Amino acid sequence: MKDIITLDYGSGGTKTARLIEEILLPALKNPALSALGDGAVLPGSEKLVFSTDSFVVTPWRFPGGDIGKLCVCGTVNDLCMTGGSPRYLSLSFLLEEGFALDDFREIVSSVADEAKKCGVAVVTGDTKVVERGKGDGIYINTAGIGFQRVFLPGQSGILPGDRVLLSGTAGCHGAAVMLARTGLDTGNLVSDCAPLSLLSCAVTEAATVRILRDPTRGGVATTLNEFVEHMPFGIELTENDIPVEPAVEAACGLLGLDPLYCACEGRMLAVVSPDSADAALAALHAAPGGEQAACIGTVTNRFPGQVTLKTALGGTRLLQKLSGQQLPRIC
Amino acid sequence: MLSEPRFRSPDDVPRLLARLRELSARTGPVRLMEICGTHTMAIARSGLKSLLPPEIRLLSGPGCPVCVTPTGAIDAVLALTEDPRIVIASYGDLLRVPGSKRGDSLLYRKALGASVEMVYSPMDALKLARTRPEKEVVFLGVGFETTAPGTAACLLEARAEGLSNFSVLCLLKRTKPALQALIESPDFAVDALLCPGHVAAVTGAAAFDFLPSRYGLPAVIGGFEPADLFYSVLTLCEMLAQKKPACLNEYLRVVRDCGNPAAMAAIDRVFFPSDSLWRGLSLVKQGGYAIRPAFAKWDAASKFGLTDFADIEPAGCRCAQVIRGVASPPECPLFGGRCTPSDPVGPCMVSSEGACAAAYRYRPSEASANPEKKQEEI
Repeated sequence: MKDIITLDYGSGGTKTARLIEEILLPALKNPALSALGDGAVLPGSEKLVFSTDSFVVTPWRFPGGDIGKLCVCGTVNDLCMTGGSPRYLSLSFLLEEGFALDDFREIVSSVADEAKKCGVAVVTGDTKVVERGKGDGIYINTAGIGFQRVFLPGQSGILPGDRVLLSGTAGCHGAAVMLARTGLDTGNLVSDCAPLSLLSCAVTEAATVRILRDPTRGGVATTLNEFVEHMPFGIELTENDIPVEPAVEAACGLLGLDPLYCACEGRMLAVVSPDSADAALAALHAAPGGEQAACIGTVTNRFPGQVTLKTALGGTRLLQKLSGQQLPRIC
Repeated sequence: MLSEPRFRSPDDVPRLLARLRELSARTGPVRLMEICGTHTMAIARSGLKSLLPPEIRLLSGPGCPVCVTPTGAIDAVLALTEDPRIVIASYGDLLRVPGSKRGDSLLYRKALGASVEMVYSPMDALKLARTRPEKEVVFLGVGFETTAPGTAACLLEARAEGLSNFSVLCLLKRTKPALQALIESPDFAVDALLCPGHVAAVTGAAAFDFLPSRYGLPAVIGGFEPADLFYSVLTLCEMLAQKKPACLNEYLRVVRDCGNPAAMAAIDRVFFPSDSLWRGLSLVKQGGYAIRPAFAKWDAASKFGLTDFADIEPAGCRCAQVIRGVASPPECPLFGGRCTPSDPVGPCMVSSEGACAAAYRYRPSEASANPEKKQEEI
């Protein structure tokens, strides 16, 4: 008989202990977690960065990753984008009754692998089980704490003339998940899900960075709109300069989507000063995962509050925020 | 092959533009209509309109399957969701389309607990029926000759298997009769047509020969990459300038003269042409497909007694005129104000292929950067 999650696993009793002792602790072991207190006691720093994110993705295993990898990268990346150096994670599961234990083990193992790669420790966590039909297999929430490594001024530090860099190709994660959901062969299309620790260090060390953001839900187009919203400047992009993998282009063509609105889970948008743009790009190119980084646009005072796109044909059009949800939904 | 870089960013744009300017100086103002929703979206995304000489105006026709589906059909489907046995299986696009009551859509019903599943192909709906024998799965068959063969294949399979808990609500449309109705309507004012490449891949390029031969209208069957669009517009303008209307196939890498005979045969086995209500065009003679009596058991219309869908326009909504190319989206008083993609009133704003959604999402930057004009549009 297949080992599955039952409501007993959420009871707080022996079955819960089994999840912790047999699956979670061996995979994620560290002194702070092994104490199994109500929370972790940690050495500190003067300025902390703190973020949280919940992960809901169907299918939970997708080409290039799974929800375990995603829940580590997602929060680690949020910390990196604030100029932080990620240190600690919390890990909370909402499991649906009937979820296979083997799948749970696989997800925990992904969490452990990715946490190790990112240099973060999972120091506290929780598991709850909901009745069958009241969850979608598995939901995960992670919160993360990091130490501030560098101060980034953010949106208010952006100036006309600044350059907009994208650390790799646009839309891979969203396109890969949606294609996986259709059951079609995804071929060589894989999610870009990856930690941004190295790339964010590389760019902040090499350049004068105004703001960093990972374009997750809503994609590159939506994140850039957030940069310019209510500000006295706009951003002009050049379509031909935006790296998009042919497989993403093709998948989006098939599903009627736009790669610029598809989520990335391992890409970074950076606005840097004009004089440091070349150095930023060189640093990104030299770092693993940044080989395809490109300068995709310029901050301008011509169209305040708007993102515009110079198309491959040479036309110009507006690039708006994603409105409503893309159908099908990504995560 | 279909989206090689040379189709995405042609390197001879300046030369082509110069030629277009020469031609438009000769023709004066011309109105070109694309009759495929995918073209509408591709044109908007490519920024083509911002490049064209002002004499050349591009209009969207009745080519978005969601947009031409009458409100009454949506209302009927929404009513079906109230039956707890029924699972509605639908393409994603249709889920957000409101019925005659604003905001009431399949997505809204799903949030209230109705069984609504998004599928990518009718075969997925068939799978759903197999795995949920206790439910009645109703697939919403929308689209043109493009989706009809897949829907036909699915009905053939359902019959072969004797799958009794599956049916199709056939809302499929036929392109040619609708084009004829459009052209013969009194307010039709279009000089040339950009014909749908995907429909032509099924019906064959020859299916559009009637445009020049019967109506004297130049027609081009075009692809969907920016270069395809550019060349198609150029070719239409060449024909207009020379006053030599013809039907030319520019999408040679996909469309054959004879189309796809196997697909046409599948359509013919399962469906027959029947009069059909199109939003914007009213009742179009032979304008749709109906399911043959031999497949009546799998016909949701007869199974659940759904007939005579009404075409009710939401107050103020000009989708019907937009679909005919009589009004441009910004000419609708609701456009961009009460009607936006996140809170749509009419179907042209809902569908990703709708003329209003394309016009709203991909406005040329100048228009929206100029607050006075924006005000005027809204």
